[in-house]
Amino acid sequence: MSTQSSTPILSLKNIVKHFDISGGFLEKLRLTDGKLSLQSTIVKAVNSVSFDILEGETLSVVGESGCGKSTLARCVIGIHEPNSGEIYFRGERIDELSPKAMMPYRAKMQMVFQDPYSSLNPRLTVQKTLEEPFRFHNPGVGSGEVKDRIDEVMEQVGVDPKWALRYPHEFSGGQRQRVSIARALMVDPAFIVADEPISALDVSVQAQILNLLMETQAKRGLSYMFISHDLSVVRHISSRVAVMYLGTLCELSDSESLYNEPRHPYTKALLSAIPQMGGKKGHIRLKGEVPSPINLPTGCVFHGRCPYADERCEQEVPEAKVNGSSLVACHRVEEGAL
Amino acid sequence: MEPILDIKNLDVKFALRTGEVTAIDNLNLSLNKGERLGIVGESGAGKSVLGFSIINLIRKPGFIGNGSIDFRGKQISTYSEEQIRNIRGNRISMIFQDPMMALNPVLTIGTQMTEAIFAHMDVSQEEAERIALEKLAKVHIPAPEKRLNQYPHEFSGGMRQRIIIAISLLTSPDLIIADEPTTALDVTIQAEIMDLLIELCESEGMSLILITHDLGVVSEVTERIAVMYAGRVIESGPTEAIIKNPQHPYTQGLIKALPESRKPGEPLYQIPGMMPTLTDIPPGCAFNPRCPMRGDICMTKRPEAAFADEKTGHMAACHLVSGDLAS
Repeated sequence: MSTQSSTPILSLKNIVKHFDISGGFLEKLRLTDGKLSLQSTIVKAVNSVSFDILEGETLSVVGESGCGKSTLARCVIGIHEPNSGEIYFRGERIDELSPKAMMPYRAKMQMVFQDPYSSLNPRLTVQKTLEEPFRFHNPGVGSGEVKDRIDEVMEQVGVDPKWALRYPHEFSGGQRQRVSIARALMVDPAFIVADEPISALDVSVQAQILNLLMETQAKRGLSYMFISHDLSVVRHISSRVAVMYLGTLCELSDSESLYNEPRHPYTKALLSAIPQMGGKKGHIRLKGEVPSPINLPTGCVFHGRCPYADERCEQEVPEAKVNGSSLVACHRVEEGAL
Repeated sequence: MEPILDIKNLDVKFALRTGEVTAIDNLNLSLNKGERLGIVGESGAGKSVLGFSIINLIRKPGFIGNGSIDFRGKQISTYSEEQIRNIRGNRISMIFQDPMMALNPVLTIGTQMTEAIFAHMDVSQEEAERIALEKLAKVHIPAPEKRLNQYPHEFSGGMRQRIIIAISLLTSPDLIIADEPTTALDVTIQAEIMDLLIELCESEGMSLILITHDLGVVSEVTERIAVMYAGRVIESGPTEAIIKNPQHPYTQGLIKALPESRKPGEPLYQIPGMMPTLTDIPPGCAFNPRCPMRGDICMTKRPEAAFADEKTGHMAACHLVSGDLAS
């Protein structure tokens, strides 16, 4: 956690992302009450999520697989186009920009992916991998300058610049992830989306990469959006944490209060499931399973599994409301019942 | 107590074109009836090879060099393929990491379960189905009668892993080897599966070997831990003693490197470097290039396991523990 201000670097407003997975004409055909009709199958991956990421902060998005955290990250960085909603970067709306107008923002926003094995081109040397985004965003730059920049960035991520002419397969997983981070740093971004950057790494290497991410943030004043399912890692590096469930934001709060005093029933269950060293404490068991994002439950998406749900939760979608220092989307918390 | 599994001086090697590689090096391990043992280590430490070697699934170019594996008093490491089949999947079951890969996608759950029963027991179709239903109920699958006719894709990841566990229970084995059984699962489902494994061991009197890289998971599930590094067990003992009072510098480093060990935002402890590949394990102690406490002896002499606490059986293979190197 480095110095952070209260101005948002990135604002998300009511982001919705649905995927049509119905396929071809024949796959859409349905027979209902003796009549043929066409029906699309829509995966509702992200449903009206809004929050800000502040300058210099690390905002982590946690949740289980299928909760929409990666889709949200991809919407933010522009890999997916949201169906509706607005994205602002330092006050400028960027989700409607033409590819050309988007270019300067692309250099300011970079992404680090989960798997360092598949996110580096195996046929490019490290130098080529690093050079490409730099030359693209700085046309006409001289080779001397490119070389200096590569040396500087490689040095910074802890990979010896001597190895610039090597290929990804010559590196270990941890070093590859360092190269991925270097690639993101080449264009001097202000904001990095890191989608599970350490999940594919071994425990002792995870610490190295986390340290690198924290150091780089402190040096360059970067803001991170950190996607992870590892709750203890998230606690360590985040200033604020957003918890997602089935494409919806349940709770958003500063890291300490979220871990010490979770409000939303889902957050409570999620935190109680973290395996702890030194002894066992009770896990909160949830009923049933995560429903399919194709047929979202009515009302609160969590009501079918929530131990505290009542009739209102079944019908009315809860809005994220400020509750103390947290933002909580739960009728029962709002009513003061929890 | 009589150990159910006793591994002595086990070597597992792989004959490669470039020479022999030792994946498991002089490993000793024993497990009592009903005991839950965790094998911890990073990728490449040899944890999975150890699991495979117990049920004789090491395939060419791999082979068991020296040593013996005794299961219920019989040396099973020299069994023929035919003999081991009475043990593997029958008395010793294995659960793998990815529940989707371990189930056949084109066969119903019922077919896959009864198939496993027929392979080991001479029973009628009805009896086999009865056993399958009983085991599905044991792993808390709701409405098991309906589930038998369903295919793996109709189940969620957590349910699939429950089915895998139910399959491993079919023959009421004495020992289950679970190789990273929850790594592919979400944390809430992981918690359920861990609770289930503990519950089954306690109710059925089964022993469990849990192979994992996650110290939190072993600490919740197991009673004893063996920590592996570069094919060797470098520390073993009661789970609590190892987590609270690790003796080997590698174990200490692993625990210190966890985010829980530091205040949020502080730099994490990092073990420098990485585990050596099996083709170039350094002489002496395999951990010596990364060890903050190494002395001259560590570069030349390989440390043997020595007691850190004889009463609890806490051992570590480190010259600091044996007293050959002053701390």
